Amino acid sequence: MYEKPLPVIDPESQPYWDALKQHRLLLKHCRACERFHHYPRELCPHCHSDDLEWKQAAGTGRIYTYTVARRPAGPAFKPDAPYVVALVELDEGPRMMTNIVTTDVESVRIDQRVTVQFDDVTPEVTLPKFTVSPV
Amino acid sequence: MKKREAVIVGVADVPLQNGKVTESLSVLQVQARAARDALKDAGLSMGDVDGLLTAGMWGVPGPGQLPTLTLAEYFGITPRYMDATNIGGSAFEAFVAHAATAIEAGRCDVALITYGSTQKSEKSRNLAGRPSVLTMQYETPWGMPTPVGGYAMAAKRHMHEYGTTSTHLAEIAVATRKWAQRNPAATMRDPLTIDDVFASPMISDPLHLLDACLVTDGGGAIVMTTAEHARALGRPPVYVRGYGESNTHWTMSGMPDLARLTAAEIAGREAFRMAGIGHDAIDVAQIYDSFTITVLLTLEALGFCKRGEGGAFVSGQRTAPGGAFPLNTSGGGLSCCHPGMLGIFLLIEAVRQLRGECGERQVQNARTALVHGTGGTLSSGATCILSRS
Ligand SMILES: [Zn+2]
Repeated sequence: MYEKPLPVIDPESQPYWDALKQHRLLLKHCRACERFHHYPRELCPHCHSDDLEWKQAAGTGRIYTYTVARRPAGPAFKPDAPYVVALVELDEGPRMMTNIVTTDVESVRIDQRVTVQFDDVTPEVTLPKFTVSPV
Repeated sequence: MKKREAVIVGVADVPLQNGKVTESLSVLQVQARAARDALKDAGLSMGDVDGLLTAGMWGVPGPGQLPTLTLAEYFGITPRYMDATNIGGSAFEAFVAHAATAIEAGRCDVALITYGSTQKSEKSRNLAGRPSVLTMQYETPWGMPTPVGGYAMAAKRHMHEYGTTSTHLAEIAVATRKWAQRNPAATMRDPLTIDDVFASPMISDPLHLLDACLVTDGGGAIVMTTAEHARALGRPPVYVRGYGESNTHWTMSGMPDLARLTAAEIAGREAFRMAGIGHDAIDVAQIYDSFTITVLLTLEALGFCKRGEGGAFVSGQRTAPGGAFPLNTSGGGLSCCHPGMLGIFLLIEAVRQLRGECGERQVQNARTALVHGTGGTLSSGATCILSRS
């Protein structure tokens, strides 16, 4: 039984989470200004155009910043502590909240290259997480 | 010269013991007592109040969802100006600005600003994260400890970009405690050293437990009116010289730059421009200290030092009693009280400093004070510049 908080999927986010179930990470791309954004929105947060499309992300990026959670975010995360919560900057530009999956939390550093991995936490929900890419 | 000029004419907070209200009180009682005392301080009564401004996390879901309606009824008043703008802990700096604008425009004559929390007594503080609906579905599932995790990630990034150290952050906690030791009303008054901060548990790297604010109850109120009315009441007015507010994000992934408080830069610039003064004119500062890193980032954003130089700015106990930059003279959120939203208490302390009521912690000849609130997770910022003349 998975007891951690799950996303409450809504009509806007359904395509994002559906794609993750198929192990694909989607980003919204703006045809007007050619920039990507995350999380997915109805209007481009950069130029406010509504001319948007979904595109598949490469799934690679770098650690922009992170923290080692020594005190867990509630009881469900307690068995995982210490664990790494990070903001990853994708190669397409946007940042996303995620975990760095590692057996050595002390080895994590800002600017490390990372690659997405897909964690099927329930039959409905797959969470994108990242591992440090081999150098 | 302005026809009507807004001033702060009354302040009050509710006494705490060990971080709790001294007797068992509801969150409405807490605010009623603070309001009663602030109005008494102003020489006014509840019947004079025609503007009500409040924000809080109490009573949600329930009557706290519409807090000005609930409180106006509870207080027995029928306001003609209301503001429940909830931008987090900085809401109260924004309220002083909004009330000043309303008073000067003739929308109300006596504005009452209140805040209350009984989170410690009720043990109601929720640390398990925000419901993962709407934008939070992209943040909450990964288990960032809230609120500390966002501040920790900002601190990591600042350290990476500028070489800021845990010692720099601890300097802030230690200096703030020295002020609290001079404030009989402060919750934490035991001596504190940088080594003590390092010896406290690491909760979310690089932040230790003693880099974090307290969790307490609290209640406060502020009364504003026109300068002319204050003179008639024979009360010392505190003038509102400048203000500004802004916001950049709510999710951490949406924060434009984690080593920089863009909202505080905008709010501060606007406040200084309106006041028509420079940084040298600030005699005492009250800056939101949810965490030590919040203070360091805000000092840079407000322009008291250059970006990246916050560590050097706070080194050598420069913000402690006797230092060059008196900061958070009540003991702040780190050592005095932090009832969920701190903003009103920063304002109350600034007013007391400007009136010369602070006893052992009084900053000599404090004429001009800067107050800056931060809300959300380094999200919103609101600045007020206050003066006694
Ligand atoms: Zn665009």
